[in-house]
Amino acid sequence: MTDTALASAPSADPARKGRMIVYVVALLIGLALAFAPFLFQDVRSNQVAARICVFIVLAASYDLLIGYTGIVSFAHTMFFGLGAYGAAIALKSMGPGWDAVLAGGVAGVVLAAILAVLIGVLSLRVKAIFFAMVTLAAASVMMVLASQFSDFTGGEDGIVYSAPALFKPAMKLMTDDAGKVVKLFGVSMNGKIAAYYFVFLTCLVLFLALMRIVRSPLGTVLEAIRENEMRAEAIGYRVVAYRTSVFVIAAVIAALAGTVWAVWLKYTGPDTTFSFAIMIDILLMVVIGGMGTMVGAVIGVVLMSLAQFYLKDLMEAAAQATANIPLLPDLLDPDRWLLWLGLLFILLVYFFPAGIAGTLMKKGGH
Amino acid sequence: MSKPAHIAAMFDRIGGVNALPVVLMIIALPLIGSFSSWVTLTVAGLAMGMMIFLMASGLSLVFGLMDVLNFGHSAFISFGAFIAASVLAWLAAWVGADSLTLNFLALFAALGAATLFGLAAGWFFERVIIKPVYSDHLRQILITIGALIVSEQIILAVWGGSPIPVPRPALLEGSFVIGDVAIEVYRVFAFFLGLAVFIALTLVLNRTRIGLLIRAGVEDREMVEALGFRIDRLFIAVFMTGSALAAMGGAMWAGYQGLISGALGGEMMILVFIVVIIGGLGSIEGSLLGALLVGLLGNYVAFIFPKLALASNMILMMAILLWRPWGLRPAVGK
Repeated sequence: MTDTALASAPSADPARKGRMIVYVVALLIGLALAFAPFLFQDVRSNQVAARICVFIVLAASYDLLIGYTGIVSFAHTMFFGLGAYGAAIALKSMGPGWDAVLAGGVAGVVLAAILAVLIGVLSLRVKAIFFAMVTLAAASVMMVLASQFSDFTGGEDGIVYSAPALFKPAMKLMTDDAGKVVKLFGVSMNGKIAAYYFVFLTCLVLFLALMRIVRSPLGTVLEAIRENEMRAEAIGYRVVAYRTSVFVIAAVIAALAGTVWAVWLKYTGPDTTFSFAIMIDILLMVVIGGMGTMVGAVIGVVLMSLAQFYLKDLMEAAAQATANIPLLPDLLDPDRWLLWLGLLFILLVYFFPAGIAGTLMKKGGH
Repeated sequence: MSKPAHIAAMFDRIGGVNALPVVLMIIALPLIGSFSSWVTLTVAGLAMGMMIFLMASGLSLVFGLMDVLNFGHSAFISFGAFIAASVLAWLAAWVGADSLTLNFLALFAALGAATLFGLAAGWFFERVIIKPVYSDHLRQILITIGALIVSEQIILAVWGGSPIPVPRPALLEGSFVIGDVAIEVYRVFAFFLGLAVFIALTLVLNRTRIGLLIRAGVEDREMVEALGFRIDRLFIAVFMTGSALAAMGGAMWAGYQGLISGALGGEMMILVFIVVIIGGLGSIEGSLLGALLVGLLGNYVAFIFPKLALASNMILMMAILLWRPWGLRPAVGK
């Protein structure tokens, strides 16, 4: 498709070509995720694919804040965690069932929305930088609360529970005449597949909803506020109301992603939801992918997830090669991969603040 | 006179927001019950508050002067703590010696090394990391977060992930007893060091020409620049001082804790942010006020409701934001 488009319009401007590349890449990623269980048939790849799906939603909803509205929040994992813990606590206490997922998910989402309104009304009135500090403080307090009220949340150990029966590996989705599980293209049609497609489809719906939001008049107003707050206010848009509502929308979507993640993982703990490391991951994903583009989130998440696996291998090899030099092996230790990613991140913010997708699409960051 | 106005007038007469720490102390006394525990907790709270003040003052001034918020500020705190720990471990013979002079020298070396590092790192940080992104808040936050990640990883690479014990000079060990109240020497030392720094900062800001320029810059940077002063040079000096104070605060905190790990910076950063938000960005007095409130409240609540220690500071922050969205004593009016 790209070839014909380029051939018919040889003088197409580079921005259009870039946009083409970005959308084709995003589409390919989407297709790969849609058929992931058939394309990569091992447990680990399945896990990675589901994680990518959930994090695309998480990163895209964060992009709605940072890229489209220009507010920096460090409380995104807090909302993610609320959704996850809601589902986890309900699944643990009510037993595995859809009623538990629904009740827990709704509880988590409502709590996230209330907190978002509170934080937004309290601190979005003042400077953006102030807001960043308040959210950081709120998120860390939530993290401490989650680990201290261990009767309820399982503390540092987290909660282990079962998913609804449909997602159990023993579940047979399709059986042949002998009552055995049917295999399609070598993949057994069991509960694992159902669980993956539950994750994939919910995430797809949430992502499309986000795309819809930024294309709507609301999205345009948000960009206007980001570009010139005073002027937006002067035209008659109530900036605080818009900012607060977009913060609530992002929080609700993050909480929903958290619920999906909890159902898939069958485990919820501080490290998989609340941790500051995840917040940093999301931030890196959005900035590397390209702020204010939505598809950038898709590219950023995939790149980061792959880097987490392959950069470590590369560093392992480098550390062994330099084992005789002092300090260098320590710096090249696979556990230090964030060091190099951090450096890369700084350089990226200096030289390509628009990120990969933004640079290709010639869509200015800030 | 209506009742709220009456209360407000009374509040202003007893010292306004400045009296809040005292009010907090008085409220805490009946809740705690025992007088000796109250004294111990109050001293601990004041000492902790002063150490947090050391860490927070620089951040607040830098923001006030240049509208730059350094999310990597906690890196200076961590580096200060780890460098002090290393110096003290290296001078173990002096630290454990029975001579006051050697004790003092070891302490001086540790605090000095941390502070010097803070100065140098502050210079590097300002020139390399922050200068290119002046006046762009979003990229500022992103870049300083990136620098924070890198610094934390460097600390992990150099000092390892397991907690490190911090030897304390014999001079500052133990406590003295008045009646049935025991007061730790280290806490008293931390309190007076913080107080000395506060007095020095206040004097410099209020009595010298440089201080005048800094205050003028906080108030209206462009006007000071228009009058022909090189505010960027002033700013780098303030930035270096702030980083050095943060490193000193980190070093003091390391000695206070006795055992430090890589998570130290992140934990302190939250408190520092809460303090700066409560106090109002850009003012030294606000930072001191916020730090004392946070230190005292943290210690009292940890005694009365242990589980709510950190949440209490959050609730305090929320309450103060509701009451005064710009903090208790912001440097510049709305």
